[in-house]
Amino acid sequence: MKDFIIPWDDTRDMGTPEKHGKPVTLIIDGVEVTVPEGTSVMRAAAEIGTQIPKLCATDSLDAFGSCRLCVVEIEGRRGTPASCTTPVHPGMVVHTQSDKVRKIRKGVMELYISDHPLDCLTCAANGDCELQDMAGAVGLRDVRYAAPEGGALANHFEARNTSGEANPEWLPKDDSNPYFSYDPSKCIVCNRCVRACEEVQGTFALTIEGRGFDSRVSPGAAGDDFLSSDCVSCGACVQACPTATLQEKSVIEMGTPDRSVITTCAYCGVGCSFKAEMQGDQLVRMTPWKHGKANRGHSCVKGRFAYGYATHPDRILSPMIRDSIDQPWREVGWEEALSFAATKMRGLQEKYGRRSVGVITSSRCTNEETYLVQKLARAVFLNNNTDTCARVCHSPTGYGLGQTYGTSAGTQDFDSIEASDVVLVIGANPTDGHPVFGSRLKKRLRQGAQLIVIDPRRIDLVKSPHVRAAHHLALRPGTNVAVVTALAHVIVTEGLCDESFIKERCDWDEFQQYAEFVADPRHSPEATEMLTGVPAAELRATARLYAKGGNGAIYYGLGVTEHSQGSTTVMGIANLAMLTGNMGRPGVGVNPLRGQNNVQGSCDMGSFPHELPGYRHVKLPEVRAIFEDAWGVEIDPEPGLRINNMLDAAVEGRFRGLYCQGEDILQSDPDTKHVAAGLAAMECVIVHDLFLNETANYAHVFLPGSSFLEKDGTFTNAERRINRVREVMAPKAGYADWEVTQLLANAMGADWHHTHPSQIMAEIAATTPSFAGVTYDLLDQKGSIQWPCNETHPEGTPMMHVDGFVRGKGRFMITEYVATDEKTGPRFPLLLTTGRILSQYNVGAQTRRTENVIWHDQDVLEIHPHDAEVRGIRDGDWIRLASRSGDTTLKALITDRVSPGVVYTTFHHPETQANVITTDYSDWATNCPEYKVTAVQVSPSNGPSDWQEAYSAQAEKSRRILPAAE
Amino acid sequence: MSPDQADANPPRKLIAMANQIATFFASQPGGTQAEQVADHINDFWDPRMRARICAYAAADGAGLEPLVLAAIPSIRVPELQD
Repeated sequence: MKDFIIPWDDTRDMGTPEKHGKPVTLIIDGVEVTVPEGTSVMRAAAEIGTQIPKLCATDSLDAFGSCRLCVVEIEGRRGTPASCTTPVHPGMVVHTQSDKVRKIRKGVMELYISDHPLDCLTCAANGDCELQDMAGAVGLRDVRYAAPEGGALANHFEARNTSGEANPEWLPKDDSNPYFSYDPSKCIVCNRCVRACEEVQGTFALTIEGRGFDSRVSPGAAGDDFLSSDCVSCGACVQACPTATLQEKSVIEMGTPDRSVITTCAYCGVGCSFKAEMQGDQLVRMTPWKHGKANRGHSCVKGRFAYGYATHPDRILSPMIRDSIDQPWREVGWEEALSFAATKMRGLQEKYGRRSVGVITSSRCTNEETYLVQKLARAVFLNNNTDTCARVCHSPTGYGLGQTYGTSAGTQDFDSIEASDVVLVIGANPTDGHPVFGSRLKKRLRQGAQLIVIDPRRIDLVKSPHVRAAHHLALRPGTNVAVVTALAHVIVTEGLCDESFIKERCDWDEFQQYAEFVADPRHSPEATEMLTGVPAAELRATARLYAKGGNGAIYYGLGVTEHSQGSTTVMGIANLAMLTGNMGRPGVGVNPLRGQNNVQGSCDMGSFPHELPGYRHVKLPEVRAIFEDAWGVEIDPEPGLRINNMLDAAVEGRFRGLYCQGEDILQSDPDTKHVAAGLAAMECVIVHDLFLNETANYAHVFLPGSSFLEKDGTFTNAERRINRVREVMAPKAGYADWEVTQLLANAMGADWHHTHPSQIMAEIAATTPSFAGVTYDLLDQKGSIQWPCNETHPEGTPMMHVDGFVRGKGRFMITEYVATDEKTGPRFPLLLTTGRILSQYNVGAQTRRTENVIWHDQDVLEIHPHDAEVRGIRDGDWIRLASRSGDTTLKALITDRVSPGVVYTTFHHPETQANVITTDYSDWATNCPEYKVTAVQVSPSNGPSDWQEAYSAQAEKSRRILPAAE
Repeated sequence: MSPDQADANPPRKLIAMANQIATFFASQPGGTQAEQVADHINDFWDPRMRARICAYAAADGAGLEPLVLAAIPSIRVPELQD
């Protein structure tokens, strides 16, 4: 009998994807095995530890059956079927080894190897090559096929054939992608890369060109290379390649890694799990971890490849101080910098009062670090002046979902998408902003789910290979509430509500008031069409599809929240899900796509000025008591200042000192001039970051930060999933960020003694009910946990509001449309909206310091041909973009992705500073800035504006560093 | 700018923010809109911002929506030691 308790290699390739069907029992090599119906014979064998030789099969892709290496014998069946494409059958008797199959496999391998270079010792995949492994597994000992003298027979791997003439079948290496190379001479045409590009990533950039002996992997159209093709450099093909054909350049340069550590990507809110593959403390490559529950083995160009910033020469590794911002920086030791900072902050509090200083916690840092920074404000500064970048992105989500459902987070896990029938994407651009989720969504759409996009711009999802939105409502920026309310109007007036759900789960009286409100003819699509620009018939069809198309899921992003009615739109979205009963089961729900890696966590950890960890208001004495007991201080019962309030108060002279960890408010926050004025008015700005970012131009203390590779901790992604971040190299500047915060607190008189982030998590668990059950041990055991994790949900909660809403009855909120105060007029006739691009990340501090700039080296302004023509603007021209707040220059890109009257840009480059244009209008409930609507004018220009030149000069002056004293 | 100089000007942003809040709650059902406005401001505004808007309402109040003015008596202005 086979030993069933062999130590499983967790990263084993099972050959074909997992299936979910009723159990089927069969016999493989005399061993009985039970697997779900639909499972392949190959996978069933792998379940009992038998690896059938294979080349074209891998468990991330559907079986393909081309290499014929995995043939087996099945009793009662003729021939030797491929085990990858043969599903199991009850009672089937399989023999994976026999003289017959052994002979076939050896013959197949011999043919493969006859057209493959035998340079294994100098090959980049040496030791990590499936072709090499299979040659060994089938016992290949010699290759009888050789090209005859005289050159009649060519192969694919020699530049010249045996007669010395150029071999037309040989193709040179394609090194156009900055991160991986494509070497056609090593290709065995197994199709894994092509299928990965289709099935996993959904880009369809790769294909097989030619037939038979001429078959070649080819990116894009004839004449394309990897860079010029549609390839998005997600790395799925590299991951799938069994040979050195598609190989990371870092491996070519450094060799194969010798150890690996599972950790979590530090880019977007998807929170992909990665294996950091190392040689000593050098990172060789990041590969997506197949057991990561957010990404299921997939990755994007940022997480997979754009980690070079962590070792970029721009990193500042020594603390620095200066008395005023017109002085150059002076490098000092940690102790001097911390005591300088502590003395200044204490002095400010003595002079201007307790509330004159504050903190900004980082949504880039770990939960543990964020927790300590807000604790610094509350327990050391003794005020509630703490805020985080969620203020400028998803604070309306917190408020809106809190009001309607009782919890400030998405309702589903990402796996839920696999059960959705209709997906409504509002103000989000998943294929750029949340690419791995975007790929999972596209996969579901290719299986037949329907897509609705509500966005002023024609994002890629609207029409991309094998994906086409059923409806694209290209609404006028700023009219979200009108559109969402009109959708509700159609659902209510056409009787598409799920009344039994509403009766059971929601407050009936509130529903009736709401139904009466939305039924009013002024909310009908016909009445709002002129305002929103959305054709009434399209809107009606959209509402019917969402309400009656099966499982309806809503995914939304900053196009919803970053408006003066951001919170109202979130409530409107929550209403839609309740109206249609799309809540509490797989495939449905309301899902905010959170921006930063740990923005969910930073909110959970009490970064907001009105809330202690776990979203509990500071006014509640019973909540304060928990933290007062834990911290031994009295907690201020009054809410503190939000980021924009801090800046306003600074300009007014009431706010003088700021500790800003891992955030660049000068570049990322709206109305740059106002932010600069606020920072300039402060007497002590402490920037704790990897780089001298734009905010640091106004700082007095610079504390070097640690990258995600240099510390332990946890990130919480958009699914409320707490993932471990693991230290793979020592902090380059000596301390992890949590240690620096602790040192600063202690320099100000605190007495904190954490020696490992797990102790900080223990404090979080002890004080915060939704984290009560979270420990590092449990995280190591389960891989990840979705909060709430407590006595009732000891293993976490993949789905929220299953039997009832967290707040009890779901609450319908009235959502009256109110036009923003930011209005177009003769001086500023166009509406600017902003967004992100795949290759760059937010302010670009990280991605601009990687090879990713090859895809996006500057921000450009997308403008409709009609608007460009009347202004005399040609594609690629420099243009001046001006609003009531300021002006900047950038190049124009003429495209019909944007409607006439709407222009669009990204905000990744400080040279452009899109935020000098944006205004200080904000969401009524949360002060989340209205980034997405700014009235602008566009005109031809010769080059940088005066403001841009002055800004660059100031930045350059401010970044001077004195040579270290001898 | 010193705080005293700042106080001499009308708090332009606070007025706009308060009016926005009032506009939302004006659309909500029930007869307690003014209390809801005050609750929201009490829950989310730092006490100095609250003091500022109340002082402005008492001194001038121009530009404030009637619902904000109705909410002012319910806005708490705690005595701050520092």
